[in-house]
Amino acid sequence: MVGRAWKFVDNISTDEITPGRYMGLRSNLPELAKHTLEDARKEFPSSVRQGDFVVAGRNFGMGSSREHAPLVIKMCGVTAVLAQSFARIFYRNAINIGLPAIVCDTTKINESDQLELHLSDGVVEDLTEKIKLTFPPMSSTMNAILSEGGLIAYVEKHGDLVLS
Amino acid sequence: MTGKTLAEKLIGSHTAKGSASAGDVVIVTVDYTFSHDAAGPLLIQQLNQLNKIPSGVDKNRTVFFIDHAVPSPTKELSNDQAIVRNYALDNDLILSDAGNGICHQILAEDYLSPGDLMVGTDSHSCTAGGLCAFGTGMGATDIAIATKLRKTWLRVPESLRMNVLGRLPRGVFAKDLILKTLSILGTDGATYKSLEFDGAAINELEVYGRLTLTNMAVEAGAKTGLVKSDARTKQYLKEVGREQNWKEIQADEDASYESTIDLNASDVQPQVAFPGSPANVKPVSEAKDVRVNEVFIGTCTNTRIEDMRIVAQILKGKQKARGLKLVVTPSSKKVYMKCMEEGILETLLQAGAMITPPGCGVCYGAVGGIPADNEVIFSTSNRNFPGRTGNPKAQTYLGSPATATATAVTGYITDPREFM
Repeated sequence: MVGRAWKFVDNISTDEITPGRYMGLRSNLPELAKHTLEDARKEFPSSVRQGDFVVAGRNFGMGSSREHAPLVIKMCGVTAVLAQSFARIFYRNAINIGLPAIVCDTTKINESDQLELHLSDGVVEDLTEKIKLTFPPMSSTMNAILSEGGLIAYVEKHGDLVLS
Repeated sequence: MTGKTLAEKLIGSHTAKGSASAGDVVIVTVDYTFSHDAAGPLLIQQLNQLNKIPSGVDKNRTVFFIDHAVPSPTKELSNDQAIVRNYALDNDLILSDAGNGICHQILAEDYLSPGDLMVGTDSHSCTAGGLCAFGTGMGATDIAIATKLRKTWLRVPESLRMNVLGRLPRGVFAKDLILKTLSILGTDGATYKSLEFDGAAINELEVYGRLTLTNMAVEAGAKTGLVKSDARTKQYLKEVGREQNWKEIQADEDASYESTIDLNASDVQPQVAFPGSPANVKPVSEAKDVRVNEVFIGTCTNTRIEDMRIVAQILKGKQKARGLKLVVTPSSKKVYMKCMEEGILETLLQAGAMITPPGCGVCYGAVGGIPADNEVIFSTSNRNFPGRTGNPKAQTYLGSPATATATAVTGYITDPREFM
């Protein structure tokens, strides 16, 4: 599936992805998702389309452990978050809820570029710039969790928490 | 064979094999799991999804806190808190209800001991490292699994050693030391790593200051922050009535660190984080013309009783600046009661402070003194990301309780040494 790139700067915090002032909406995820990333790019939640990509610089998702941050990004229809690096907790949360978080060189991607993800091949294709960006495989445990669609499904399949 | 870092020791002792080295991916048993009103409803939803998995929930080691927005300002937050409260009551789990205090402070006061491994739905779980317990924050799904199965998976982190030499000068505190550290590391300089503090200045630091250091390890991206367990740790446990839980733990002398950074505490000035990032740090002298509309003294970073004594010492007999809002939120009920016994509440009230119930206060931006548009708030908390204190049009500066108090008196960011 092809989607557009939404570019973000370095160090986007979870407070910008899903601000604490909307804490009261956390049990109403569709409403919470209407504010996704609005403090970083106001037009994002109203204009993002199914299949689009969040494309960031370094240290995306720094700060809080709120799993609502990757959840609302996924609910917006985002295929994957691409970044030069991720904050640790956001990365783990994204995989746990089945949102691909991919470390690659995002500097070559421009705003609104058409992107296509080939997850199992380790390639993001930028159809606009006509380039292929490769990324290293995830750790085997994280790959297995993501393949199952998230940690709950992974644990249910194995009947326990095991390492792959 | 090389020796072990603190992270390797604390994680290793929770594996089936009994030891672990940096880079290993391991399953560990957990001593405590916790959640709170900000993440608890999602965690409970995930727990309920796991109904096919046999439950290993330990009623004495699963803690639910209501601390992030207390007392609740809206019906939506009240409903979320009711979900958490009722779940804890119905399942006979530990409940630290609204008014008891902030999760990280209560865990230190009442539960954690050196050597423990704890995971919780809060990024500041790394605060536990001030007691030489391994704590790390995770999301609701991970903690649901850890709560139900009493185990989690971890990659054993490489360790970055902060070797803090010298001693902290008068008017300079652990908060200044960690802000200085963040100015060196940036917000991702310790990503995935264990940030381990050692050296002469750390040996001299009481546990309340060590908790401030480890609390902010996550602001450099670290998985956890750790300090050894020594005689000062024993003294802290004695003060909270759990001396029998003390044991000595230190890194081996030949432990292998990814890197070591030397920092001389004697050279550190009071530090201030400018708006936008806790690593956007400069000495207080470069912030002295900044006019402040609100001072917030609170959070899991500061406002232990030792912090409150420093606040009272500076504020005694003085008034807050005219037109400035001074909000003080003790970190726990015990700290609040000690403030009462020691006359600190009287000093605060006479100076014109508002004292709010123990909890996270305005740090989280949901309750307790949200600033107006274009206002400047000076906070003793750990984060000043855009919008953090509830209003994206306000600006947040961070500093020590002493700097915050001096600032409350003058109305401008002020070097606390002028008052000490």
